[in-house]
Amino acid sequence: MTTANQNALAKYKNNFLKEVEANVEDGHWVKMCMQCGVCAGSCPLGPHWEHSPQKLFMMIRAGKREEVLGSDSMWMCTSCYNCIVRCPRKLPITHIMHGLANYAHRLDLAPKGQPTRDIAKLFWDNLAKTGRVNELKFSLAMYFKDGFGQGVKNAMAMQATGLGLLKAKRLNPMEIIGGHKCKDISGIKKMIAKAREIEDRRRGLA
Amino acid sequence: MADNKFAAYICSGCGIGDVLNVGALEKIAQKEGKMAIVKNHPFLCNAEGVQLIKDDIANEGVTHLCIAACSRRAKAEAFSFPTVAVSRANLREGVLWVIAEGADHDEVRQEMAEDYVRMGCAEVKKMTLPGGNLKESSSKRILVVGGGMSGMTAALAAADAGYETVVVEKSGELGGFANKLLKRVPFSGPYAEPQPTGAANMTARVSHHPLIKVHLNSTLAETAGAPGRFNAKIAQESGAVAEELVGAIVQATGFTTYDIAKLPELGGGQANVVDQAGLEAMAKAANGGAIKRADGKEVKSVVFVQCAGQRDASGVHLPYCSGHCCATSIKQAMYFKDQNPDVDTVVIYQDLRVPGMGEDFYRSAQQKGVIFTKGKAGRVTGGDNCKVEFRDLILDEDTSAEADLVVLATGQVPSAGVNLDDWTATVTAAESGDETAKAKKIELQKTSVLNLTYRQGPDVPQFKYGFADSHFICFPYETRRTGIYAAGPVRRPMDMLQAQEDATGAALKAIQAVENAARGRAAHPRAWDLSFPKARLEGCTQCKRCTVECPFGAIDEDEKRFPLFNEERCRRCGTCMGACPVRVISFENYSCDTVGSQIKAVNIPDEFEEKPRILILACENDAYPALDMAGIQRITYSAYVRAIPVRCLGSVNTIWITDALNSGYDGVMMMGCKKGDDYQCHFVKGSEMAHYRMSKIGDTLKQLGLEPERVQTQEVAITDNARVARLIDEYVAQINEIGLSPMKGFG
Repeated sequence: MTTANQNALAKYKNNFLKEVEANVEDGHWVKMCMQCGVCAGSCPLGPHWEHSPQKLFMMIRAGKREEVLGSDSMWMCTSCYNCIVRCPRKLPITHIMHGLANYAHRLDLAPKGQPTRDIAKLFWDNLAKTGRVNELKFSLAMYFKDGFGQGVKNAMAMQATGLGLLKAKRLNPMEIIGGHKCKDISGIKKMIAKAREIEDRRRGLA
Repeated sequence: MADNKFAAYICSGCGIGDVLNVGALEKIAQKEGKMAIVKNHPFLCNAEGVQLIKDDIANEGVTHLCIAACSRRAKAEAFSFPTVAVSRANLREGVLWVIAEGADHDEVRQEMAEDYVRMGCAEVKKMTLPGGNLKESSSKRILVVGGGMSGMTAALAAADAGYETVVVEKSGELGGFANKLLKRVPFSGPYAEPQPTGAANMTARVSHHPLIKVHLNSTLAETAGAPGRFNAKIAQESGAVAEELVGAIVQATGFTTYDIAKLPELGGGQANVVDQAGLEAMAKAANGGAIKRADGKEVKSVVFVQCAGQRDASGVHLPYCSGHCCATSIKQAMYFKDQNPDVDTVVIYQDLRVPGMGEDFYRSAQQKGVIFTKGKAGRVTGGDNCKVEFRDLILDEDTSAEADLVVLATGQVPSAGVNLDDWTATVTAAESGDETAKAKKIELQKTSVLNLTYRQGPDVPQFKYGFADSHFICFPYETRRTGIYAAGPVRRPMDMLQAQEDATGAALKAIQAVENAARGRAAHPRAWDLSFPKARLEGCTQCKRCTVECPFGAIDEDEKRFPLFNEERCRRCGTCMGACPVRVISFENYSCDTVGSQIKAVNIPDEFEEKPRILILACENDAYPALDMAGIQRITYSAYVRAIPVRCLGSVNTIWITDALNSGYDGVMMMGCKKGDDYQCHFVKGSEMAHYRMSKIGDTLKQLGLEPERVQTQEVAITDNARVARLIDEYVAQINEIGLSPMKGFG
């Protein structure tokens, strides 16, 4: 169990709603849900989630901490914003979903191997390294995330697309060595570290 | 009658003259209608046309006139001649606009118009001008029964409008249930915080109002009379009886809370389980400090259980929603949160119902951190650590919540007095010598609120679940006792704001009632009507049907057991007239004869002409307007029908049906309002009575050798204009199928 998780458990005891209000982006909106279910009905991925936003909000109020933070439902959000547009109580549901996912990730309670979570991690690591997204390295990292054999298979399957991109000069093979960077890498890294520090302090994760 | 002079005026405007042969209509009015004066005019409702009629009234001594023009519902102001009897033949909405155009239909259209002229002439000959019921003295004071928020609001509304008001309150102080509350839900923006109840202010205003007289610690020992002349005997605590003469009564007797002891499964009767009234008492005792339980412990967590003993489908508890309790629980949760935000407050609800602007109040509670859980409580155990077991309806699982205190949101039980069905049954049994029934009658009498001396029982009739009956859609304050208006939770469950609005409405209705009574006129919905039922008692067989069936309890019995009409209580629906088997009851302008003569005036073609004649008896409140509106929208229907408006289907006397069938009509269609629990009948029971009577007419039809389909009863709403035309055409087709009546030529 991460220290952050231990701290949160100690601080909020059984009041998960308070924990969410304090630590999750837009979490203070959760109490305003009136359980109409319009979000659940509006979500294009609704049938594929285990817990609709409506249920997640109810679970938060019922103090189901493990189940909420361990749910993969909020990771399924595609940010289509249908729920936000339709919510009669004007809850920023999409933001809350991402907030919950992020919080679960930070406490390391999010489901292992959740594809969205993995991709997000790869993307972030790639970006944070040079301040630029190296598309070639990002794609390759994705292909090979489940092992070498699967990586080769993935790459072969995407071969035609890759060659097409090369031909159209949308993909530079030279990126494999280093790749393009922003001018002040250490400056970027400092910025990211500072942002994280502020964010963690705000959410009590430091 | 030498003094009577009859005249008919036929309008040829609005295209009537283009399509109908007005000359032929004039001849009919003259020869068959026996009208002394017959005139036509191209625009009868304009100043010149009206003047023509006025001149004839003034110069020719016309006493009765038949206006053959548009529907009686149109141009009522132009054709208002208060000094003479007037009948209207409906040529425009009834013929011109509803019979298909074209030469093919010329013959049947003209026949229809001629029949309507015959009917109009026949009707007016049987009418007399109503003389009114002007009494020498009529009280305009208003009695308000109940001194709670509804009662005080009604009293202030009536008194501020200049009417002397008498308030009778059972307890020792005004304020009613509001006195038990710490605060009330907000009535105005931003709808965020509980507000002071305002009961003290109102009590002061009522107590000091120069036009309001208050009787505290008093009940109604007896209420006799009728609108304009109610005599209320007020029993006071001292044993003295005060008498007040009043013109109308507002019954604002409120509610009691559903007994929590009836809910043992929800912890009723156990320690630390209270109802909302119990919590108000605790909150008042805390006086702004932390709310403490009976054992002195400060409440740190509280669960509110909504719909406790309400919306119960099992038939054990209240089946209805009391409407106010969700907002009340929200308010009470705020008592805790406002004092200490760390108190856990959970509201377990099935559907959070916050009418009006309550949604903002709900939001405010959410902002304050009140947790709302959609669930259905199963079992509550009280004690030091209360437990509420419930089904979470969102997560679909059984779960539980623990708390220091559980509040049950129980419902409102109306205080409407004696259930008259129960009363009637008890009285009947007691009269046949049943001793237990006699004892029960005395017990029932003790629970009466108004103690009316009416033959039909001591209180206002109740609707479902014991609430005072009123026409829910159209006249919510009118009870079934004219001049007595119900306001507040005695009428339907409601919150304080609704009760106060209700009370204002009831006060205005009471003012209308005393004014109408003073003018000798009927109450709503025939408020202009000066006629009232007259009985030829020498023909009366004392069958009591009129006294029993009158929906408004207007008819008592005199010492010789003859019906005793209280005209001021009468709504002029004519249900008594329809009920009377010997036809001794009539109105001056509406009687068995006025309608019967119209039925007989219609020219019935012999069976070889293959033109059926179908009589429509249409309720003037909904069905007749629907027929008119079919015309306004140019929806066509068969020219074989002849429609007669009736005051209410309840006024239809079976003699009309027999007469019609005997004289060769092929069918009779009756159109009235919706009956039953969600009735729309303007006279509450009239439509139901008519349906009941017609269900018994089968034997008569059999005796005549006729098919039961020849009499049909339909429920028609005022919006049914397209449907009504369809119903007519379908019925004509049905009659054509069973064949024309064999009775033709014998009438």
